[in-house]
Amino acid sequence: MAKSDMLGESLWDAYSDKVTTLMNNPQHQGEIFEAEAQERGHKLIVADFGAESCGDAVRLYWEIDPKTDTIVNSKFKSFGCGTAIASSDVMTQLCIGKTVQEAVKITNIDVELALRDDPETPAVPPQKMHCSVMAYDVIKKAASLYMGVDAESFEDEIIVCECARVSLGTLQEVIRLNDLTTIEQITDYTKAGGFCKSCIKPGGHESREYYLVDILKDTRKEMDEEKMKAAADAGADGDFTTMTLVQQIKAVDAVIDESVRQFLVMDGGDMEVIDIKNSEENIDIYIRYLGACNGCASSSTGTLYAIEATLKEKLSKNIRVLPI
Amino acid sequence: MQVYLDNNATTMVDPKVVEVMQPFFSEMYGNPNSLHKYGTAPHPALSKAIDQVYTALNASDDDDIVFTSCATESNNWVLQSVFTDKIINGDKNHIVTTEVEHPSVLSTCKFLEEQGVKVTYLPVNEQGIVEAQTVRDFITDKTALVSVMWASNETGMIFPIAEIGEICKEKGVLFHSDAVQAVGKIRVDLQSVHVDFVSMSAHKFHGPKGIGALYIKDSQALTPLLHGGEHMGGRRSGTLNVPSIVGMGEAIELATKEIEITGAKIREKRDRLEDALLELSDTFVVGDRWNRTPNTILISIRGVEGEGMLWDLNNGAIGAATGSACASEDLEANTVMLAIGADNELAHTGIRLSLSRFTTDEEVDYTIAHFKGAVTRLRNISSSFAKQQPTAGGEVQECELHH
Repeated sequence: MAKSDMLGESLWDAYSDKVTTLMNNPQHQGEIFEAEAQERGHKLIVADFGAESCGDAVRLYWEIDPKTDTIVNSKFKSFGCGTAIASSDVMTQLCIGKTVQEAVKITNIDVELALRDDPETPAVPPQKMHCSVMAYDVIKKAASLYMGVDAESFEDEIIVCECARVSLGTLQEVIRLNDLTTIEQITDYTKAGGFCKSCIKPGGHESREYYLVDILKDTRKEMDEEKMKAAADAGADGDFTTMTLVQQIKAVDAVIDESVRQFLVMDGGDMEVIDIKNSEENIDIYIRYLGACNGCASSSTGTLYAIEATLKEKLSKNIRVLPI
Repeated sequence: MQVYLDNNATTMVDPKVVEVMQPFFSEMYGNPNSLHKYGTAPHPALSKAIDQVYTALNASDDDDIVFTSCATESNNWVLQSVFTDKIINGDKNHIVTTEVEHPSVLSTCKFLEEQGVKVTYLPVNEQGIVEAQTVRDFITDKTALVSVMWASNETGMIFPIAEIGEICKEKGVLFHSDAVQAVGKIRVDLQSVHVDFVSMSAHKFHGPKGIGALYIKDSQALTPLLHGGEHMGGRRSGTLNVPSIVGMGEAIELATKEIEITGAKIREKRDRLEDALLELSDTFVVGDRWNRTPNTILISIRGVEGEGMLWDLNNGAIGAATGSACASEDLEANTVMLAIGADNELAHTGIRLSLSRFTTDEEVDYTIAHFKGAVTRLRNISSSFAKQQPTAGGEVQECELHH
């Protein structure tokens, strides 16, 4: 949120001129009938995607030359908003002249790019990106009908965010490489979740198989487990900063037993480790003095510095010792 | 020609209202709380505005009508302060409202739920209204408040406020009504119905934006929402918005003094428009027109998606509204239309046309012609009206998008 969010942009003002023009006057709107296609020795494929009851529906017509598998003509019918109609129009345009095998490679990203007035400016506002996804889905369906295969066979990876076409593999990799912890970071890095937002968590515009919140949670869990395993493998000889909390406590106790406690006990005192908190810059070790140390003037000066210096030397220079 | 048919969203400020507001910007600009003559100068006009509002609503002199910034503030005030007074500092824990309230009621209720309040959201019937008996069934001895809108912004349907008021009175439960869509459109007589709190907003009846009111029956206790000075008898702090209060007074008088006659004229145009649009095949309008505010039509046009229709109407300089999911920021379908439960389609094909006393016969004629043209064009593109059936296996069995 900032100044630019104080007055939301008008939805329609964010449409490109191409979207506006094609909505007002779609070029490939209409039908191709079985009889006409047959007359020309072509095969007609008609595929539906969506339904009026879900707010978006598109019917795609392909007239295919069976000798070359080329889409010689394509039309569409659409129940939908301006973006849906303009997307369908550009989709049919992109199909014409391609073979079916080439057409299945067309994605909603291609459709959106074709609707841009200039290559740098999105054709539609983020939440309308979703309307172009149907174009991609209906092509897959038409191709599957023609080739007699399952539509899902065209997908070689699991797409989590359809609007930005971000795969599960990409998301897991980006979370790991950049140590991401929030959904906002994932959107910043990958654009996933930045459009219709359905893939962020259940309860959005449509239900999904995978959600960003779960992917983040699962990936973080895996990362933590791997970290723990690495720390366990490294054992007491490992790097203090990458140790698990339990290992850190054990290591601190060992150093205190070895080099600190005897001096405190000599003066009738003692100490115990209460907690260890790891932050970006410091490792704060909270201790409590016992016996004669409690209230001793040196416990907050000389003794404290000695304890901290010992732990710094033996374990990590980022250690701070804080008596409570 | 351009035609504004989105008067349930906001209205044109009547030029007569602008005229009475004018002196209170740069001439009589004193703070009414000041003792000097600059401060007292606007008092007669404020006093007149208060009289105008009390008269328009037939409120008793024992009642309070407190000016607020808008109905959203009034709604928040009632809900949040009943929470403070009857739930935090009382033994109640329950609020009854409806599924179709304005977001300023629904979001506040959701907020209160997070604070531990139990909220019941009553469903509407096929007419889009909550039945009084349903309200009765859900009131418990823990119910602090019933909040039911007077008329729906989406459908114009008028709720059985008098009956619900009697039930609340009998059960000893506070009753609030968001009357934003009723005041200035139909007669609201606060001495003939039992309502404890009534919210309203001036910009819905040709007054300025940023001014509204909350009616409080018998000046009963309600913890302030805005604390500060001793404005409005200590009920609502903030320097009085003098020009807007004066404007609201004038606007409510203009809207209500001959409301039956004005309403009948608007109704006549509305009905003519509605009848003409219903000549189109596969269309239906929500709710019995005699139980609707006289200016509102919510029409569903099969095969024509709401935002697409709005787009074509806008190309003809006609301003309307849709509950279509596509036209909203969050892509969520209109809750009111889903709540009516007619068909999921309605949530995507509903167009709301709302007239005003300034709508002319010529504008209605123009709208009919343009509307029909738009439906023809969009149905020509629509997959719902395509003739060639899909290739075997290419059909859609059910909605694949939303579950």
